[in-house]
Amino acid sequence: MSVDIYKINPEFRDIMPKDILDLEDNATWGQEKRTIQDLTDKKELLEEHSLCAGCPEAAALRYVLTALPKPEDTIIVNSTGCTSLMFPHIALHTVHSLFGNQNAVASGIKRALEWRFPDKVKDVMVLAGDGATIDIGLDYTLQSFFRQEKITTICFDNEVYANTGGQESGSTPKGHVFKMAPKGKVFDKVPMWELAVTSGCQYSIKLTASAPKAVARAVREAVYIARELGPTYIHLYTPCILEIGLSASEGLWEMKEQDKDRFVSFKYVSPEAEALLKERKKEGLL
Amino acid sequence: MSIKDMTKEKNWSGQKLVSTDYLLFEAPREKHFMTGSEVTKEAIKRCTVDASVSYPITPQSEAAHLIGELWAEGYVGMYFRGENEFGVMSEVAGCAMAGARTVTTTSGPGTLRAMENFPMWSGTRIPVQLILMARGINSPLTIQPDNLEVTFMLETGCMIWYAENVQELFDMTIAAFTVAEMPDVHVPIVTVVDGFFVSHTREAVMLPADDIALHPYDPYAAPLPPIDSEMPPGRFLRDPFVMKSNYISYATHASWQWEVRSAVDRSRPYARHYLNGLAHVTGDEDAEIVFVACGTASNQAKEAHRELAKQGIKSKVVKLRTIRPFPHEELLAATKSAKYIFVPEFNIVGWLDKEVTQSLYGKSEAKIIGRPRVAGGMSMPVESILQEVFENTNAKGA
Repeated sequence: MSVDIYKINPEFRDIMPKDILDLEDNATWGQEKRTIQDLTDKKELLEEHSLCAGCPEAAALRYVLTALPKPEDTIIVNSTGCTSLMFPHIALHTVHSLFGNQNAVASGIKRALEWRFPDKVKDVMVLAGDGATIDIGLDYTLQSFFRQEKITTICFDNEVYANTGGQESGSTPKGHVFKMAPKGKVFDKVPMWELAVTSGCQYSIKLTASAPKAVARAVREAVYIARELGPTYIHLYTPCILEIGLSASEGLWEMKEQDKDRFVSFKYVSPEAEALLKERKKEGLL
Repeated sequence: MSIKDMTKEKNWSGQKLVSTDYLLFEAPREKHFMTGSEVTKEAIKRCTVDASVSYPITPQSEAAHLIGELWAEGYVGMYFRGENEFGVMSEVAGCAMAGARTVTTTSGPGTLRAMENFPMWSGTRIPVQLILMARGINSPLTIQPDNLEVTFMLETGCMIWYAENVQELFDMTIAAFTVAEMPDVHVPIVTVVDGFFVSHTREAVMLPADDIALHPYDPYAAPLPPIDSEMPPGRFLRDPFVMKSNYISYATHASWQWEVRSAVDRSRPYARHYLNGLAHVTGDEDAEIVFVACGTASNQAKEAHRELAKQGIKSKVVKLRTIRPFPHEELLAATKSAKYIFVPEFNIVGWLDKEVTQSLYGKSEAKIIGRPRVAGGMSMPVESILQEVFENTNAKGA
């Protein structure tokens, strides 16, 4: 595609809201060297959001969107949960299909686009919560890794089923008391970032959403590798401030200062992916 | 093989592109001897199919293998084995959302495992074709023919067609893509046959040459834009009110559910054309004894009609070819003379009997008898149909 599909018919400019005009006039479409710095003065691809005030997920999604190398040719598949509440506000092709099938849908989209557009780059990304990625959708997440699907999977890990009211998930740390685990969770947090490596991901990284630049860098690395080599995985800690009793201003503090043991940084890059990243760096894209 | 090899006259495998009318009604045909699985391959081969995803389950596995062979031979654009039927139905959804003409196959437990996907398919308005080779759903495990699974599909918002034999499976599979892809229809289509009875039975079948094929699917004529970043994004969920609890949200969902069902209804004229009618009627026009059936059961009903005719007893068979949309008008017209309507079925719940009874309620005075019913892999000998006739009517058997 060209970015032209996001352009407004000139006849309608006078009746369009400013947000939509801004998308054409001041968003960073068609510029491969988009950066996180654009957040300060460019139009974002996320128009507000409907999550709780101060939710780290909303911040993380802003970082992800601002880092996409080619947003005008990026399709994001999401899943049910808090993240699905943000997707209606994104100015990209996005899909919400079912709870847990996101990597299967993304596999179909990616392969059909490779067939239909053999000469074009079309990035397909999955963005879902920990319940969708690690519990109900684990089979489809891992199988897409086994099959070496060329998609980037991002898990927004808030360690709880937040949108349904705070139930334990596979990603909840052992011992935490949540609904459906009234005596505390009895098994360990599922190490999804490690499963991603053993399941064939070319790149797997675990980090918190507290450092925008690090998140943006991970997204760009993951997308470039997925485009050429195979599946990539980003495990991003985005705590649910509501369910762990924090106020709107405490999300960043939680990510930066707490849980250092669980979110000690983890990064795996396959040798092929390493070489590819070096090339992209030389080209000034990273 | 690449989609770039396609021209205005030929598809990527070099087959000449022709209209559905030409392929179904005009192209010269030759006689072959094939199973339902084999004829599925022949139909898909002539449909310029972009994508298929498969998973093994008896009795549809062979059809799924053969579609894979078409991919290896360069006729189908993309193919792989998925992880299970839930995954497969989501993968084909992804293919179709991305603008690919897509087909898959499944049976019995696979259908039920995949179930959450089917209302998603119709709500997403993707014209995927699912070829369903019906098999029992039971514990203890059965792999036998039984079409109980169809009852679970009835209210998914998908079109449902039912083929009686190998020939109909071939023709319906081709017509199904065409009707499902009509811009004013554009919903998924489930083409059903009875597993084993059709999938594994070798029959004479008339096929057009294999150097012609349907024109490719045009995703840009769809009522919702494809997810391919070539058009402004579709707004499946664009407007936040869809996820809120308020009247506008409820009204949005309700109207969309109506619209999906209306789209299925709008397929009637197209299906009448390409299927030569939504119901086929054979036998004595003024018969008081009428059999209403679909699939293999209609074949057995026709056998019962022949036996009754030998004894001087008039009867007729109304074979329903579409179940969704349900052919209400055709059924009512075909049962005008009826005093007794028998609905022979290969399942224990009698889903077709319920459909027929509901459709004719208040419109027909005929007694509707939902028998014989066989299940679990039992066959339906013609004697079992005759017995019901003799027990429930004044007709006297020899």
